[in-house]
Amino acid sequence: MSARLARHGRLIDRRKPLQFTFNGRHLHGYQGDTLASALLANGQTLVGRSFKYHRPRGIVAAGPEEPNALVGLGKGAGFEPNQRATTTELFDGLIAESQNHWPSLEFDLGAVNKAMARFFPAGFYYKTFMFPRAAWEHLFEPIVRGAAGLGRVPQEKDKDTYEYFYHTTDILIVGGGIAGLQAAEIAGKSGLRVLLIEQTPDWGGRAMVDGVQINGIGAADWVEKALARLRAMPNVILRSRMMGAGVYDHGYALGYERLSDHDPKIPGPRHRLWRIRARRIITATGAIERPLSFAGNDIPGVMLAGAVRDYLENYGVSPGELTLVVTNNDNAYLSAIALHEAGLTVPAIIDARPEATGALPQKARALGLRVETGCAIGTVHGGKRVTSVTLCNQAGSGAILDEIPCDAVAMSGGWSPVVHLWSHCGGKLRWDADQAMFRPDPARPPRGANGAGFVIAAGTANGHLAAEAVMEDAAEAAAAAVRALGAKADPAKRATARSMPEMPILPVWSMPANAGPKLRMKTWLDFQNDVKVSDVRLAAQEGYESVEHTKRYTTLGMASDQGKLSNINGLAVLADSLSRDIPQVGTTTFRPPYHPISFGAIAGEARGPLFKPLRKSPIHDWLDANGAHWEPVADWRRPYCLRRSGETVKEAVTREILNTRQNVGLLDASTLGKIIVKGPDAGRFLDMLYTNMMSSLKVGRCRYGLMCNENGFLIDDGVVVRLSDDTFLCHTTSGGSDRIHAWMEEWLQTEWWDWQVYTANVTEQFAQIGIVGPKARSVLEALGGMDVSREALPFMAFQEGQIAGIRARVYRISFSGELSYEIAVPAALGQAFWNKALAAGGDFGMQPYGTEALHVMRAEKGFIMIGDETDGTVIPQDLNLGWAISRKKDDFLGKRAQQRPHMVDPNRKQLVGLLTEDPQVVLPDAAHAVEGPKRANGMENIIGHVTSSYYSPTLGHSIAMALIKGGSRRMGETLRFPVADGVVIRAQVVDPVFLDKEGERQNV
Amino acid sequence: MRRYSAFAIAREAARYHTGWGRAWRNPTPKKSYDIVIIGAGGHGLATAYYLGKNHGLKNVAVVEKGWLGGGNTGRNTTIIRSNYLQDESAAIYEKARSLYESLSQDLNYNVMFSPRGVLMLAQTEHEIRGYKRTEHANRLQGVETRFIGPKEVKRLVPIIEISGPRYPVLGALWQPRGGTARHDAVAWGYARACSDMGIDIIQQCEVTAIRQKNGAVSGIETTKGEISCNKLGLVVAGNSGVLAEMAGFRLPIESVALQALVSEPIKPAINVVVMANTVHGYISQSDKGELVIGGGADGFNNYTQRGSFHHIEETVRALIETFPIISRLKMLRQWGGIVDMTGDRSPIIGRTPLENCFIDCGWGTGGFKAIPGSGWSMAATMARGEPDEFAAAFGMERFIEGRFIDESVAAGVAH
Repeated sequence: MSARLARHGRLIDRRKPLQFTFNGRHLHGYQGDTLASALLANGQTLVGRSFKYHRPRGIVAAGPEEPNALVGLGKGAGFEPNQRATTTELFDGLIAESQNHWPSLEFDLGAVNKAMARFFPAGFYYKTFMFPRAAWEHLFEPIVRGAAGLGRVPQEKDKDTYEYFYHTTDILIVGGGIAGLQAAEIAGKSGLRVLLIEQTPDWGGRAMVDGVQINGIGAADWVEKALARLRAMPNVILRSRMMGAGVYDHGYALGYERLSDHDPKIPGPRHRLWRIRARRIITATGAIERPLSFAGNDIPGVMLAGAVRDYLENYGVSPGELTLVVTNNDNAYLSAIALHEAGLTVPAIIDARPEATGALPQKARALGLRVETGCAIGTVHGGKRVTSVTLCNQAGSGAILDEIPCDAVAMSGGWSPVVHLWSHCGGKLRWDADQAMFRPDPARPPRGANGAGFVIAAGTANGHLAAEAVMEDAAEAAAAAVRALGAKADPAKRATARSMPEMPILPVWSMPANAGPKLRMKTWLDFQNDVKVSDVRLAAQEGYESVEHTKRYTTLGMASDQGKLSNINGLAVLADSLSRDIPQVGTTTFRPPYHPISFGAIAGEARGPLFKPLRKSPIHDWLDANGAHWEPVADWRRPYCLRRSGETVKEAVTREILNTRQNVGLLDASTLGKIIVKGPDAGRFLDMLYTNMMSSLKVGRCRYGLMCNENGFLIDDGVVVRLSDDTFLCHTTSGGSDRIHAWMEEWLQTEWWDWQVYTANVTEQFAQIGIVGPKARSVLEALGGMDVSREALPFMAFQEGQIAGIRARVYRISFSGELSYEIAVPAALGQAFWNKALAAGGDFGMQPYGTEALHVMRAEKGFIMIGDETDGTVIPQDLNLGWAISRKKDDFLGKRAQQRPHMVDPNRKQLVGLLTEDPQVVLPDAAHAVEGPKRANGMENIIGHVTSSYYSPTLGHSIAMALIKGGSRRMGETLRFPVADGVVIRAQVVDPVFLDKEGERQNV
Repeated sequence: MRRYSAFAIAREAARYHTGWGRAWRNPTPKKSYDIVIIGAGGHGLATAYYLGKNHGLKNVAVVEKGWLGGGNTGRNTTIIRSNYLQDESAAIYEKARSLYESLSQDLNYNVMFSPRGVLMLAQTEHEIRGYKRTEHANRLQGVETRFIGPKEVKRLVPIIEISGPRYPVLGALWQPRGGTARHDAVAWGYARACSDMGIDIIQQCEVTAIRQKNGAVSGIETTKGEISCNKLGLVVAGNSGVLAEMAGFRLPIESVALQALVSEPIKPAINVVVMANTVHGYISQSDKGELVIGGGADGFNNYTQRGSFHHIEETVRALIETFPIISRLKMLRQWGGIVDMTGDRSPIIGRTPLENCFIDCGWGTGGFKAIPGSGWSMAATMARGEPDEFAAAFGMERFIEGRFIDESVAAGVAH
């Protein structure tokens, strides 16, 4: 059984005990523990269940590569599923639960026993569950879905906050082991800005447990001194608990800093996502140990040899009382020696190599340890815990030589450099046959815009396993980065390291070498997803030969560790099955993030009201306090209507319409887009942008304009005002201001960059208030300060001046067909003007109105609304707006497109008015008209649809507008609108202007 | 072809599954074929399959520069729906959807078509009108959709936030028979069925040139030698422009990377597909338990199939706003696929300026759902030498005529 030792544990503080619970059991650990080390210290070797077969799973690793020890952490609004016990720092009161079992971890009904597992090989689900057809949908899939998945679904809204941090640096160094520290010192001395990040809370990496000597002192002492020197450098930033999550184009990188996961009492954000621009990135990310492939290697108690060493040295935890070591390299002997020296029993070291003559094996033998060379594990025995292993010849097929009792197995299949960050943005790998590893190919790095490589791998991450070479390589990497940035570096002034020499590895991809199908079916590659050697061989046998096919067919490497442990072993098995070399098979693609990062961190602060800040007009608060029934309009809220007490929405809208038509209404039109276009070429520019001629507009006048895209389709409309000779003010729709401003800038910056034009979006700088209705002029006269008579301020003119003592521009324009003024005042004075207008209008029966009244009134007049009558497929000609298209201009955006054959087809959909047979029946919005019999393919013959439909209180009957094929030639026809099964509304095609066709009301 | 079934699995289990044969042959290319399809993605393989099945044309090769199904077929978010507004779109996407219903049985390969339903959220008044318009159109087109209110949305998706502070859910367009399928299985199933009919699928075979004689196609040059053919089909989303250039014409297409990501697997949380176009993100949960999340397309032309971060950020924000409980889940993996974007976001199927050379491309961000219909139509078009009923509207001449089939009206940007 795993347990806490009385000695060892350089990271834990035994004076600070901590309480925590696992599946409700109260356990204790120490400050400095990870959840994984604390669980092991409490003898908890069974920590979860696998994905497919629900097999018992124990802790395998000590870092983020851990595939098994995934737990649910916390509760309620702080619950997080799938957190790695190995990267979770213990804190007092931590609550953890194991996952993917029912009813309990120890007894899981979902467990698939060995006999049944045979029926569920890789890809079995592609071959069955097909009959009867409905069974997949109703029976099999729900079962599969329920059995799959890992963690529980959080039930509450996240209680924590997250934030972004933007950072620019010359050199980003990822990894705070000895290579990263060495690189940081060399780079730091150059004076360049350096950011060094480390995913764990501690610096120094593996060297701290592997007995490395640096500059003649122990690694721990050297690391402490190096940190002190680095902290004294003002140009160097150090950050622990921060992982390099991803590398993107042009030196963009993500750093994932976990601020309070280790202590939820710390106030502030939980995670901070660093968005880093680095000129060079050095990956000093170390290596990950590989498991060995032998039968039963998934039974709890089988761990990586390096992890065994970590738990022992860092946390004072033994994986078992009898820990057998199995290896194909010298490095694992470190674990055997460490266990032995800690007073634990190592019943045997099983070494697949024919002989083991290096310094470490010799030391092990000298300590009296049993070393079996040329041997392998035949099978691990045990259910929820290792009980023994069988010994066999590596060269054979598994004939048993001996059975060795043990309760833990430390395995090492060699080390794989962490090449993820190197690879994210296109860095290529080469196969190093001597060391049996993929390592970065320095000739093919990820390249930036100038063609230079911007990622440099260093140390173990670059394929150097011995500490001596690591320190040399890290210094060279830093010097190369510094020189590439034009500064000076001296890699000779580096620290040097010494470690125990190691003899070469023997690549072992199957243990024993000739294991038959029975053993292969019990030999795991991917512990979480239950992918076995037999599965990969089956994939190859069935023609899923590409490594991507094998991955997807077997789910190898698709677990939440993304193949950190399984990929190399899996593709070696695949290569063997196909009789190819490993490099021919290649790797799957390394994708960001290196290790999963929280969605919360990705979203940052942008949640709730900050998700997308609401834009508010200067009158917003007044409207809110006066019965506004809000509707979202683009980034704004606008009042649909302003309800009085006791009134329904419909009653309010009717009242507002009638009052505006009979007396006078007050409208907050501040959300309308307002873009200033200024410069000697402003007129020329607007001539290209609008279908109308704008350069001929006289100062002081307004013109209704249409904008089309290059395909000829109408994208926006609004009134253009000429403020001065070289200055225009373009009104856009409320939703269109940002889009149209960007549209203008795109053309100015990419096509007409030599035209002298500036644009400025001043939408929020002005409040714009409409005073609308037959008594509008009287209200303005009562406000006083400006001559607003028919002669002084005719229709489609504007004046600048004072009104009611406030500086204002008054435009005489109308979207309702009434006598109408829109008054623009500085935004800060908007509410003041509104109040004055309300006071002055009281005598004339003035009432504010909302968007729905505005919509109905414009529809009564047959005015189009962008987004209602247009949908990205409509040209102005379809809407009877041909009059707004200048024929004098050589060109404008959309002109050529509008001459294409389909655009001049008389059968295009055209805007018409509709009157329902029963005038009290209102057509549903977007109802479709059909004509004649069904088409050959069974569809109804649709000829158009309703674009706007209202009940007009002014006219006392329903009105609608529609886009109908060949509509302009159908006046007087009656159309059929099937609006629901068996319900057909009939309506007559009429002119779309329903009210005041001559425009007398607005022209008074 | 050995049929797949539960009985076959049981039989094989007895001998440790050593008896399974190859799912598809690995042939050496012949000198000549009646028809060559370039691109062994879903659309190319489906085209070959229906050439054989519907038109009896089996002297066919599908050549692929990488591995079959390795492009967009293997990297999309697997959504299947047909709730399109325009008649022409509704026809071909509904054809595809209906073929998906029985695809597992047709191919004897479980593609896991899962009609769990697709919701497109309406979060502005404008969107409500747009989806109601689609509902009206779909009813007359014979596509089953329904506009539902927020309460029913909440019933279908209990984890959704209906009354978010910024964009409350006002309703949704619901297509009950939309859903998802296992994307790799679609490619593999078609490949196996093609291979069984005698159609050659030639992987690791890159086309380097298209040969022509008297204005008509005569064959291709590849890294595995020359192959002559009477008819050629270009079905290479993401690289359509490259192949068109070899054939001597230009396409109105831009190639951009579309972003996607998955979460770590969790127990069932969401049983339908949800698309939110106002905030821009879509989500479903795979049978493995991962939340499969689609983002936007990068704003620049590109051929690298890489994930970029900026869209991920927007998408994840949008989805946390809509499904607050996902905030504490983690992103497992992100990636990109290169999609063909046409001017109207609708595909191109039909003839090309090069005689006997046909093209099927331009499916934009939504090609997966169309695979069976696209293959069906492309096969008929190639067999007859002229566009079939589905392809007729999608010829590339529409860009010259201005006869766009624009779905952005109802579908926003995401297809």
